Amino acid sequence: MSAYPKEYRSPLKKARGLGSAQHGVSHWWVQRVTAVALVALGIWLVTLVLRMLHADYATARELVARPWNAVLLIAFVVTAFWHAVLGLQVVIEDYVHTRWKEATLLMAIKFIAVLATLAGVLAVLRIALGA
Amino acid sequence: MMTSILHRATGIALSVGLLLVAWGLLALAGGEERFGHFTAFVGSPVGIILLVGWSWALFYHLCNGIRHLIQDGGYGYEIVQFVRSSWSSIIVSLLLTIAAWAYVLTLGAAA
Repeated sequence: MSAYPKEYRSPLKKARGLGSAQHGVSHWWVQRVTAVALVALGIWLVTLVLRMLHADYATARELVARPWNAVLLIAFVVTAFWHAVLGLQVVIEDYVHTRWKEATLLMAIKFIAVLATLAGVLAVLRIALGA
Repeated sequence: MMTSILHRATGIALSVGLLLVAWGLLALAGGEERFGHFTAFVGSPVGIILLVGWSWALFYHLCNGIRHLIQDGGYGYEIVQFVRSSWSSIIVSLLLTIAAWAYVLTLGAAA
């Protein structure tokens, strides 16, 4: 018998299952949940865009202002930017090996995504509420 | 495998395309003139080329994403199935892109 333990992780650490990054499988799982949502929302968005093809300004606004369209558009914008950040994060972590560049890019995509999401959601609300 | 790097490349392209969606919504909320700038860009030759690219990227990422979700469930890992489903992603996404643009062109001719 060796005097050293074979296992350095405490049972509590294993039970929590969060790993060295402290996030466990949440990144992987949320990417799948948003992916499933985006299968439906993405197909729906394509049909909406095709319906808006030759719409003039007033018709386009009227389409976006319809309650279900407004709700699904907001759902799409939030889910898609979320999914995009998770995906871009993996790409950056895989290919950018200088730590400060990696950290800067990871922050930049989050800031841009949050700002664009808020702006997009506010835009849909303004149209839907007739502001 | 080719499909994996394509999934990443189309994902990056679609992230940029999402900003275009946000721009479109902001322009629509911002008034007729701003929306005019947006539709002028989208309808320009550069805009059309970008839209064709983005539409294929969307359909490919969608098809291959569904393929990945099925693989996450533990299915489709036999080499024959794996290669066949890779080709399905590519071919179905191309067909969907052609169908969407055929619809756009026929509608354009009718309007």
